[in-house]
Order: sequence, then C-alpha cells, then structure tokens
Amino acid sequence: MTMRTAELWIAIALLVGSLGLMWSIHSDGLSIEWIEGRGPGAGVWPFWLSAGMALTCVWTLVRWFRSETAESHDLSHYIDPESLGLVGISFLSLTAMLLLVHVVGTYISVALFLGFYMRVIGKHSWQIVSSFVIGGPIFIYFLFEWQLSKYLPKGWPIFEEGFLWIDNYRWEYLM
Amino acid sequence: MVDIFTLLAAGLAQSFEPLNLFMIVVGCLAGLFIGAMPGLGSVNGVAILLPVTFLVPPTAAIIFLAALYYGAMYGGAISSITLGIPGASTAVATVFDGRPMAQAGKADQALSAAAVASFIGGTISVVLFTFFAPPLAIFALKFGPQEEFALMVLAFATFIGLGGDDIPKTIFMILLGLVMASVGFDIITGQPRLVFFDMVELQRGIGFLVLAIGIYGIGEMLWTLETTKGKVEIHAVKTTWGRFKKNLGKVKQYLPTTSLGSVVGFFVGTLPAAGATPASLMSYGLAKTFSKDSESFGKGNVSGVAAPEAANNAASTGSMLPMITLGIPGSPTTAILLGGMIIWGLRPGPLLFTDKPDFVWGLIGSMYVANLVTVVLNLALIPIFVRVLAMPFTMLTPIIFVLCFVGVFSTTDRMFDVWLMMVLGAGGYLLRKLNYPVAPAVLAIVLGPLAERSLRQSLISSRGDVMTFFDRPISLACMLIALALIIYPVYLGFRRRRARASYADEG
Repeated sequence: MTMRTAELWIAIALLVGSLGLMWSIHSDGLSIEWIEGRGPGAGVWPFWLSAGMALTCVWTLVRWFRSETAESHDLSHYIDPESLGLVGISFLSLTAMLLLVHVVGTYISVALFLGFYMRVIGKHSWQIVSSFVIGGPIFIYFLFEWQLSKYLPKGWPIFEEGFLWIDNYRWEYLM
Repeated sequence: MVDIFTLLAAGLAQSFEPLNLFMIVVGCLAGLFIGAMPGLGSVNGVAILLPVTFLVPPTAAIIFLAALYYGAMYGGAISSITLGIPGASTAVATVFDGRPMAQAGKADQALSAAAVASFIGGTISVVLFTFFAPPLAIFALKFGPQEEFALMVLAFATFIGLGGDDIPKTIFMILLGLVMASVGFDIITGQPRLVFFDMVELQRGIGFLVLAIGIYGIGEMLWTLETTKGKVEIHAVKTTWGRFKKNLGKVKQYLPTTSLGSVVGFFVGTLPAAGATPASLMSYGLAKTFSKDSESFGKGNVSGVAAPEAANNAASTGSMLPMITLGIPGSPTTAILLGGMIIWGLRPGPLLFTDKPDFVWGLIGSMYVANLVTVVLNLALIPIFVRVLAMPFTMLTPIIFVLCFVGVFSTTDRMFDVWLMMVLGAGGYLLRKLNYPVAPAVLAIVLGPLAERSLRQSLISSRGDVMTFFDRPISLACMLIALALIIYPVYLGFRRRRARASYADEG
C-alpha cells in the first residue's frame, strides 16, 4: 500500500471512528446540551470534541482529494518492505509474550521473549543470550517484586505456586 | 531577592542529601544512556522509568526524572555525532555538523563541545528559571477557571501555530487526546462515558502513562526499527588526555553562539509545544546567520554543534517553568512529569510554591547540581558510551519492550492496560507515519481533565455565557493569542495556495 492510499483509508477509518464516538455518547443517553440549573451535560465535552475530530477528518479528506497534503502525492510504500519483516516479527513476538504472560506468568514469558528475540532475530551468541535470559527476569524480580512490592502476573495456578515457593523463601530468609 | 537566595540555598542543601544526590547521579547516568540510544530521548526515558519513581518520596522522584531529562539532552548528542543518528528529535540539528566532524576524525572535539555547550546552556537557563519562576507563580495566583481554560486553549493553539505539522491532523490528535481523557466516569455527574461494551476496565479511564509508554516506547521502537532496519554504523572516536585538554581550550571559539543559543533555547522552551527541537534548530540557524564563516556550517563547524546543544538543554529547563508555575507542560517530557506529579499527589501550579516550597526549591537546587554532575559524567564517560552504543538493536529492542510491559503493569496492576498500551503504540506508529503528530495527544490526555473541569466551572459560574472567557483581561489575552496562532497558519496556507494558483495561471 502506498502512502497516498494509506492516508485516504486511515482518514476514512478515523472519520468513522469519530462518528462512532458521537453515536456512542448519544446512545448512552448522555446529555449533550445545557441543563438548566446544572450546567453542561455529561456528554457535552466528549460529544463536541468527537464532532471536531470528524470535521478534521473531513478536512484531511478534502485536502487529500485536492492533493494538498505531502502524503497525498507520495507513492512510496506505507511501510518499507525491507523493514516490514523486522517490524512485523517484533510486534508479533511482543504480542506472543503478552499472551504467554496469562499462561506461564511474567518471568518465563520474558525469558522466552528475550531468548527468541536475541537468538533467532539477533543471532547473538548463546553466552550473551543466556546472560539476558537469566539476568533479565532476576533483575525484574529484584526491582519490582522485592523493592517496589509490585506483584507481577504469574499465570496459571501451577506456575503461581512455583513462585509462591520463591516468595516464601525470600520472606523467611532474606527479609 | 534575598528570599530567593535563601530558598535557593535551602534547595541546594536539599539536593545534597544522600538520597537526592544518589538520584541525581543515577538519573544523569540513565539519561545519558537513554539519550544516547538512537530513537530514544528524554520523553521515552521519563515515560518508561516513571513507574520506578513510586519507590521514593516525590522530591527525590522529580529530582531523578529532572536529572534524567538533563542527562538525555546531553546524551542525544552522542549518537548524533558518533552514529549520525539523532538520539532524539532534539538532537537533529547536532547531526548537521557533528556527523561531518566525526567523519573527519574530530568526534572527540565535537563531543566535548556538545558537553560544554550543554553545561553552559543548562547553567544560564537554570539561573533564568530561578529568577523568573517565583514572580510568574505570584502572577498565576490570580488565575480563576476562566484563565486556566484560556491558558490551556493557548497551550493547544501553540501546537497548531508553532508545531509546523499538518494543521487538521494536529487538531485531530489534540481532540483525540482530550476524548481519551474523558473516558470513565464524568467528574461532575458521575455518569459513565465512552465505556465501550460495558467494559469494567474502561470505567477507570485511560491513564496518560498507558498512552505515553505505548507511543514513546512501543511506537517509537517500531518506527526506529523500520527507519534503521535494525542496523547502525559506528564511527571510531579517538580519546586521549592531550586531545581532551586541547578540546576544552577551544571553548572561546563557540562561547558567543552558545550564550545566544542558551537564552533563545530557554525562552522557546517556555512556550508550550515549542520545546527543545525548534529551539535547537533556531539556535543553529542563528549561529549560522551571525557566523563570519557561515559557509563551513554543515561541513563540520564546531559552533554548529555547540549552538543547538546549548539550546536544547536550556529549553528543557525552560519547559519546566510553565509546568511548575502554571501547571501547563512546555514539552511532551514535562507533560509526563506533570502526570507523575499528579500521581504523587501534587498539584502543579502557582500554589505549589507556597504549599510545597521544599519540593519546588529542592527541584531548582537539583537542577544546578544535576547540570554539574552531568557535564563531569559526560566528559568522563565519552569513551564508554561509545562502546555501549555498539549495542545492536536486536538486543536493545526486546529490553525496551519488556520495560514497557513491566512499567505499565506495575503502575496500573492490570493486563488490560498493557494490551491497551500495545494497541495505542501500534496506532501511534501507524498514524505518525502519515504525519499525525503524537505529542499533542499526550499533552491533551494529561491536560484533558483539567481543561474540562475549568471549562465547566467557568460556564456554570457564568450561567452558560461563553463571553466569560473574553470579559477578563488575562483570559482575553490568552484567547486572542490562541486565536491568532490558529488563524495565522491557516491564512498562510490559503495565501500560498492562491500564489500557486496565480503562478500556474501565468505559466
């Protein structure tokens, strides 16, 4: 897809989204007018801002049809095909890591993600990869769980119980 | 005047407390490192590391982030000079002459000039800050909701007027940020708004940090991966003690442009939306205009490195002035700092000077110390940073992604927000490619609740009369400037189109 085409489709999508916001406020029964004795209704602010968003999208579309925006006469690729693979795999592997957080918890998924990215994409040596795979989760555990007392997701109960054992050890012997 | 010196002395003493001093050193180091990383700047560093600051008291937290902000401004020059890739947009102008100097084997001279100029810029601006901030805070105490709202309209208008980006797209991003800020319960009636599909998670609203980390963490890294294709090219930097002394001796060459750049940088930095990037570009332009040897600019003139570096550091201090005194951030980084202050339970604005003098003067004192610490660290660590810069993107990217995930989760305790961060990051990346500026959206989501509240308070007190914003002198002035800032670029565009049309007719 060229930049020119992308600008058109994104402006249309944003216009539809803005109209959707206006409809959502209206359908929720929020007042978009002045209420006597109470001031502006709860929907006034978001409704009229969304209306403004819709107008700016129309403005962009008009400019596109008149070839006034820089992108409207740019026929280069919207996403550079040479980098598309790298950008795509980075985003997908991050998504996979977040999905895994729900199953195996933060630490295992972070270790798998770092290992995959550095070894498969980065082709770094096993020595470097293993130092990050082991050191990364330990650093996160130390900083967030230990020092900041933040409980990070541990996934399914079987994995959570494993970490409870580590937590118990910390509370019993290291605190 | 005596009061200012007394308070400043107390602030300086406070910044030398062990925890605060430690925070300054760690903040400067982290900032130097983050600023030096291509694609990452102060805004990314502050957004990603903000959750970490909840461990310490607010004064130490803001000192850490302010030091990080400073450090990142210094650090931006390192990758601009050695790699030819600006660490952040604020260091773009540094590439113009820094890169040719590095290619000519004078990278150490360029790096020293950048460090010294940054120090001069930081020092001049912090002195200006010390004397300008208190009077501005006293003046701002006269502000009611009308003035507050008018000031916010002015802040948004400067993005439109001075931003230089596509006007409808800039307005769209501002409005989008404001709408996102209104998700959740209405502040006055308590009714739920824009809670799609009755998702309980949306009732708490969209946190500014989720948007900021999404855009500046995920979106920015995807952008950098695409533009650099994951590769960077390193230029060798020679560093010896003799050369170091010789380089420092050349300060006289670029002192006038540095001083001018510092003053320009400070005042441009105080303007909301202007910030460090236009300040550094303006400073570079001025240095070139007033130089006797303007031909050599762009080919490796040391003043071409010093002028923008002084300006971007001065602008970073300048942008804190409206944030502290008026509660209006002057840059995306200060917008995130402002959000952080609200999370810490502080309300930035004129009352901060009277209610929390320890906090304000501790911050000002720390700016002096941070400036000194950063120049020492920067000069000492140049050889080491050059080695760290060799860290490939395939190592840096996953670390940043993991920090984004853990940072958002630890702040909100919800995976929903982490997923939202991903969506907003990807959306920000796709929109940014089409010239939709992302900074106004971050500014708007921070200012959104304040803007809505002041608008509704003003309208309720005036019984719905919109003229209330034009009846009071300060709000009238802000509104008129805002209108001028919005109308002027539209008028210019119209004139340009007419000129093009008449040229085409003649042709």
